Amino acid sequence: MAITFKVNGQSHTVDVAPEMPLLWVLRDVLDLKGTKFGCGISQCGACTVHLNGTPIRSCQRRASTLNGAEITTVEGLAPDGSHALQRAWEELDVPQCGYCQAGQLMSAAALLARNPNPSDEQIDAAMNGNICRCATYLRIRQAIHRAAELTASDNHSNKSGASR
Amino acid sequence: MTTTSTVDRRSFLRVTAIAGGGILLGSYFKILEPAEALAETGAAGEFAPNAYIRMTPDGLVTIIAKNPELGQGVKTMLPMIIADELDVEWKNVRIEQAPLDTTKFQAQSAGGSTATPTNWLPMRRVGAAARAMLVAAAAQTLGVAEDELTTEAGVVKHAKSNRSVAFTKLLDKAATLTPPALDTVKLKDPKEFRIIGSRVPGVDNHAIVTGTPLYGIDVAVPGMLYAVFQKCPVFAGKVVSANLDEIKAQPGVRQAFVVDGGTQLTGLLSGVAILADTWWLAENARRKLQVKWDEGATAEQSSTGFAAKAAELWTQPPHRTLRNDGDGGAAVQGAAKVVKAEYSYPFIAHATLEPQNCTARFADGKLELWAPTQQPAGGRRLVSQTLNIPEDQITVHLTRTGGGFGRRLNNDYMVEAAAIAKQAGVPVKLLWSREDDVTHDFYRPGGFHSFTGAVDASGKVIAWRDHFVTFGEGQSFAPSAQISPSEFPAHFIPNFTLDVSLIPLGVPTGFLRAPGSNALAFVMQSFIDELAHAAGKDPLQFRLDLLASESSTAPTLAGEPASRPGGPQPGGFDASRARGVLEVLRDRSGWGKTSLPAGTGMGVAFHFSHRGYFAEVVQATVSKAGEVKVDKVWVVGDIGSQIINPSNAENQAQGAVLDGIAETLGQEITIENGRAVQQNFNTFPLLRMRQAPPVDVHFHVTTSSPTGLGEPALPPAVPALCNAIFAATGKRVRGLPLSKQDLKWT
Ligand code: FES
Ligand code: FES
Repeated sequence: MAITFKVNGQSHTVDVAPEMPLLWVLRDVLDLKGTKFGCGISQCGACTVHLNGTPIRSCQRRASTLNGAEITTVEGLAPDGSHALQRAWEELDVPQCGYCQAGQLMSAAALLARNPNPSDEQIDAAMNGNICRCATYLRIRQAIHRAAELTASDNHSNKSGASR
Repeated sequence: MTTTSTVDRRSFLRVTAIAGGGILLGSYFKILEPAEALAETGAAGEFAPNAYIRMTPDGLVTIIAKNPELGQGVKTMLPMIIADELDVEWKNVRIEQAPLDTTKFQAQSAGGSTATPTNWLPMRRVGAAARAMLVAAAAQTLGVAEDELTTEAGVVKHAKSNRSVAFTKLLDKAATLTPPALDTVKLKDPKEFRIIGSRVPGVDNHAIVTGTPLYGIDVAVPGMLYAVFQKCPVFAGKVVSANLDEIKAQPGVRQAFVVDGGTQLTGLLSGVAILADTWWLAENARRKLQVKWDEGATAEQSSTGFAAKAAELWTQPPHRTLRNDGDGGAAVQGAAKVVKAEYSYPFIAHATLEPQNCTARFADGKLELWAPTQQPAGGRRLVSQTLNIPEDQITVHLTRTGGGFGRRLNNDYMVEAAAIAKQAGVPVKLLWSREDDVTHDFYRPGGFHSFTGAVDASGKVIAWRDHFVTFGEGQSFAPSAQISPSEFPAHFIPNFTLDVSLIPLGVPTGFLRAPGSNALAFVMQSFIDELAHAAGKDPLQFRLDLLASESSTAPTLAGEPASRPGGPQPGGFDASRARGVLEVLRDRSGWGKTSLPAGTGMGVAFHFSHRGYFAEVVQATVSKAGEVKVDKVWVVGDIGSQIINPSNAENQAQGAVLDGIAETLGQEITIENGRAVQQNFNTFPLLRMRQAPPVDVHFHVTTSSPTGLGEPALPPAVPALCNAIFAATGKRVRGLPLSKQDLKWT
């Protein structure tokens, strides 16, 4: 069936089986390999993307439900890596194997969008569905706090810039 | 280690100029006649003094990363060593992943925490040799003696005349020079390291956070089909028949066929391949697959059967005695206290987050593979032997790997992809589902230990017997199911017996991060804890006392040589380093000084593995209902004189400890009817963020040569947590995982 939806701001029409999960539409049809496959049963979060701004597990989302949807993947977070989370991840050297990190970043981005300064408990609650097999959790937590700081100081300098 | 000495003695450098300007400094590890070792000259402008380094006039230094990267940080770490000795700035360094080329790079594997100890000197020499050639070129250019020159950040300096010349201006001249023999080059004084010892972020971090394709699963080859491969749930079972016609009629399916396999668990096994336009279409078609299997002889095996067999074997004389020091029987007779306890641990899976996969293209007798593997050379050999393709007709590209933990030391997915591509006549990307991965692993083998220990009236351990029931047949242990006759506390207890009995096994087993140690540390350090409590001693002091009681021993029955106290034991164990980390740990953790509420306790353990000494304290809280929460972990490790990349080192140590905690809390593969019961993360739980406690990591720097870090921090975490649970509740944990134990208390 033909489905038209947006990925990272760009419109796509794909002709796929209606039950095909979004994950595989992204990876194998649109050749966007950033979103990862870990379990296929909503357990690991490696496949996390945003659907109209909300984090979802793309391995569970059927293509047939996507007409008109706006999807953001890790490739669309900030293609140049300038999103505060991406900068914090690099600064604190979060990844080990790195395989889970696209999903971690997308869950964290949704968290920061609704809560710019989350506590440890709020981070744990938002991130608990994202498995890191290498267990980089301590740095992920730290990097989310750091990204919150970076965003705050970005906003601050933007504001002071505007007032001049 | 043989590798290292071969490199040191026989390698020569050869300079090759590179098209487009620059040089490549290659070390060729074959034996060369001196004439052959002479520099080669080629295209102008580039200096490539060996296989690892390429310098171009634009100031960029390309360094080749030879080993597979699985998250252990080697792709950053080995180039850091080269760059520091070369004396260039890290910001000008670009890293390229080498393909498999054992002529140029010799060993290219990832496992056993070996990269640091085996490459530390060779990689320093590779960098230093190139630097020496640049210095020689500068001496000619400036007309001064080499020993008047120094280097700093890509520049050669002559202090006397206050002149300097950039490396980039010396490339042409350096490319004409004869490279020095690697074992004669002068190395930096470690005090002058500028990159080694600094916090260098992973070289792929930017690509990772922007979602750039890097991993095996991301490889795409023109014209390829996506494959799933269904094997028999009972290991090495064979396809009798399958509904292939029905499968071929499923949407998007292009081919479906039976692949013949053997009985060797590490090789190609029988199964059904389904090839489709996308992976999901192949996976979707698999749902309709019906296979009649010949399950073979092991379909009756089960975890409960193994446990029953172990209990039976404990009542019988052991199959073999690996060590028998002193007279345990007499010592037990005269002991003040005797403790008997039976321990067991389950099979567990690796569950790398990137499922096993490999992309293969076969054409005109040549095979090309893109493989996330820890052991590419072993994979190439397996493929060559199985499919009768000469090794020199097989190219292996190394991809970044989404976790290894020892799983990818086996290359079953490589030979499957190659066989399917060869049979299909099109390029194929084979990807396993998570269910394939959990049910077809090379599991950490389970095991059973029956201990008797005795302490005298002063609280000293005088006797120890372990009857270890493990897996294997005749004289051979199943992979990763063996034990060393030197395993601690051998050599530290005068009357010491290690008996072994074997159960035949039809389940594939293999190396899991800190193999052997991840299970043995649990039983040894838990039973030592039991003896400490029986002796009425502080568990940490008790370990220090035990480590001070080293004795010389006669040769063992297993053929291990005799040992002397005071030196490293036959297994390489140096008790003074173990005591060192325990003493630092006592201070850092506040051991014995903290008063904790009921239900909260601290446990301690140490373990030596992969040349590293780690001591750890876990503080845990157990609710009255028996739920375990790990509050904090303190880690002290001795991996020698230099932490090469502190950022990665902390990350690895924290990850390893949390990995051990995950194994302890809830991981188990149960065998029933010859197959694995658990299939995915809903029944084989990995650690989640909420369960991750703070982990305080401290490296205790000593004078020993630097050693590896992927593994040795893991083993003590398991018994330290179990010992903390005893301190918190009085309940001794003698079986894993904790989720299966009754830890309720009142
Ligand atoms: S792949 Fe979707 S949650 Fe694991
Ligand atoms: S970094 Fe390896 S799974 Fe998270």
